[in-house]
Amino acid sequence: MDLSYTPEEEDFRARLREWLAKVLSTLPAAPSPDDWPGRRAYDLGWQRMLHDAGYADVHWDASPTIRLIFLEETERAGAPYVGANFVGLLHAGPTIAAEGTAEQRARWLPPVLRGEEVWCQGFSEPDAGSDLAALRTRARRDGDDYVVSGSKIWTSHAEVADWCELLVRTDPDAPRHRGITWLAMPMDAPGITVRPLRTLAGSAEFAEVFLDEVRVPVANRVGAENDGWRVTMVTLSFERGTAFVGEVVACRRVLGELARAARENGRWDDPVLRRRLGRLEAEFRALWRLTQWNVSAAQAGGGVPGTGASVFKLRYSHARQELYDAAADVLGPHCLDLDRRWVLDRLSSLSYTIAAGTSQIQRTIVAERVLGLPRGR
Amino acid sequence: MRFQLTGDQRALRAGVRELLERRFGRQALRAAVEAPGRLDRGLWRSLGEAGFFALRLPEPDGGVGLGMPEAVLLFEEAGRALLPGPLIATHLAAGKVPGAATGETVVTCVDGELVEWLEAADVVLGEVTGARAMRSVDPLTPLHRVRGATPAGPVADLLSAAEQLGTADRVCELAVQHARTREQFGRPIGSFQAVQHLCADLLVRTEIARTAVYAAAVTADEADIAAARLLADEAAVRGARDCLQVHGGMGFTWEADVHLHLKRAWLRAERGGGGTQSEELLAARLAG
Repeated sequence: MDLSYTPEEEDFRARLREWLAKVLSTLPAAPSPDDWPGRRAYDLGWQRMLHDAGYADVHWDASPTIRLIFLEETERAGAPYVGANFVGLLHAGPTIAAEGTAEQRARWLPPVLRGEEVWCQGFSEPDAGSDLAALRTRARRDGDDYVVSGSKIWTSHAEVADWCELLVRTDPDAPRHRGITWLAMPMDAPGITVRPLRTLAGSAEFAEVFLDEVRVPVANRVGAENDGWRVTMVTLSFERGTAFVGEVVACRRVLGELARAARENGRWDDPVLRRRLGRLEAEFRALWRLTQWNVSAAQAGGGVPGTGASVFKLRYSHARQELYDAAADVLGPHCLDLDRRWVLDRLSSLSYTIAAGTSQIQRTIVAERVLGLPRGR
Repeated sequence: MRFQLTGDQRALRAGVRELLERRFGRQALRAAVEAPGRLDRGLWRSLGEAGFFALRLPEPDGGVGLGMPEAVLLFEEAGRALLPGPLIATHLAAGKVPGAATGETVVTCVDGELVEWLEAADVVLGEVTGARAMRSVDPLTPLHRVRGATPAGPVADLLSAAEQLGTADRVCELAVQHARTREQFGRPIGSFQAVQHLCADLLVRTEIARTAVYAAAVTADEADIAAARLLADEAAVRGARDCLQVHGGMGFTWEADVHLHLKRAWLRAERGGGGTQSEELLAARLAG
C-alpha cells in the first residue's frame, strides 16, 4: 500500500499547477446559469485552452492516476468544470474511441478535444429512467438512413449541443437488452424539438427532446445494429469511474469554508454542530481515500473502473446531501435566502441520489453483482 | 500511487487468517464464551511465535521488522476472528515490557476509562488504583472501570479501528451467507430487495472504513486515524446490527455468533473515551 506519487506524476502535477496559476486569471467572467449560449462558449473556450496547453485528452489517454491529479488540481485551483463538454469528453468520446471505426474516430473525436463541438446524451425516456432497457424510441431502416421517432428526457445541454449520443430500439421483437442501437444524431436535423425543463432549483438544467421522423445516416451507428446495450455499458463504466474526483475535492473545500463561517457567526460554539462538521470531515477524507483506492485498482486492472464505483457513488451522493444540510445549520435562517451561498447547492444536491442510477438501483447492483445475492424480482 | 495490497501483504493476511482459523476456530470461540475471564496462555504464546506482538519491532531486536500497514492487516484478522485478550496493549508493549514480544507476558493498559483483562494480565500499564470490576456486556472481554480518562493514544485507536474493520467485513459475510441460504416464502431471503439493500449498505460501510483504515496506516496522520476510527466504529456497530436483523429471530439467540460481534464492536467504540475526541480533533483541523 502506497500513497506516494512517482516523480513523473509529481512533475505532471507541478507543471499543471504552474500553468493553472498563469492562465486562470485570463479567463472571462463566468456566464449566468441561465445563459446557455454563454455557457457553451465559456466551456468550449476552456476546453480550447486545455487543448492548446496539451491537456485536452487527459480523460482519454492518461493513466488513471494522472487523471486523478488533473481533476484534483483543476478543482483546487478553481478552474472551470467540464460543463458542456461533459458528454463529449466523458461519455460519447470514450465510447467512440473504444467502439467506433477509424472514420468515426477521425470525424468526431478531434472537435471534442479542440472544444468545437458539444454532445448531449439521449438515453433516458419518460418511461425508461432507471430502467434504461425499457426505452421505446423507435428507429426503422429506410435506405441509408434510420428514421427515428420518440422522445428523450433529462437531456443536459440539449439546447446548445451539436450531437446527441442516442439510444434507439431497432428490433422491437428482440429481448429488451438486445434490440437497442447506439447512434450519433446531429442536433440540427429536421424533426427535433427541444423543450427546456425547469428544475426544483428554478433553473433550466436539462430538456426534453422530441423526435419526429428524424433521419440519421446508418453511417452514424457506433457498434453493430442491436448491439447498443453493450456499447452503452462501456460508456457507463466511465461515468461511474473518476467522474466525482473533482467533486470530492470541492466538498472538502466547502467543508473548510463552513467551519470558517461557523466561527464567524458564533455557531462554532455549539458542540453538536462542531462535532457534525468533524464527522463530515472524516467522511470526505475517507471518500478521498476510496477515490485513490478505486483509481489504483483501475490502474492495476487496465484502466476500466470496476464495481467500486457503485460503492463510491452510493456513499458520496448521501454525504453531499448531508454536507449541504450542515451548511443550512451553519447559515441558520439565511438558509432560506436563495441569494446566499450554498442554498442553490443544497437544492441541486437532491439530484445526486437520483441521477446516473438512483441509490436504490445502485444498492441492487451492489447486492447482486458484488455480493452475489440471488436476483430479485 | 499504488494504494492496493501488495502480494506480500495479501499473503500475510491469508496466512494470519489460516492460523486463526486453526488455533481459534468456532469451537474454540464458543468454548471461550462458556469460560469467561480465562485467557488461553497457549494461544497467546502461539500468537507470539507467529509474530503477532513483535511484528513492528526491528529485526535486530528480535522482531519481524514490518510496518503499520501490516499490523493493521493483522488486527483486521483478529477482529474477524473475535480473538479475545488485550492484544493491542501487548502489541504496543513489545520491546518495552520483557516477554511481551514473545507472548510470554500478557500486558494490558488503561484506555479511556476502561481496562480490559485486568485480572488475567501479568503487567498493567496506567493508574488502576481503585479500579472496579464491571459485569461486562461482552462475554469474551472482562472489564474494569477506572477514574479519570487516559486514552491509550492514536496507534491504539488505529489498531482498534482495524479490529472494527475485521468485524465489519465478517458480519457482512455472515449476513450475505445467511441471506443466500435462508428461505422464506419459497425463495432465498437475499432475493428480496429490502434484504439486498441491508446487505449492500453493510458492504458500502465496510469498504469506506477499509480505505480510511488502510490510508491512516500509511500516513500515520492523527486526523487520518481519527477519521478511520469514526468510520470503522460505524461500519462495525451498524454492520453487526444489520447482520443481526438479516438473521431475524435466529440473530436474537445466544447460539448465533452475531451478538458476540455486536458486543465487541460496542466495546471497541468506547475505547479511548469514545469517538467524541476524534470528531473534535477533525473539527479543529477544519477550522485551523
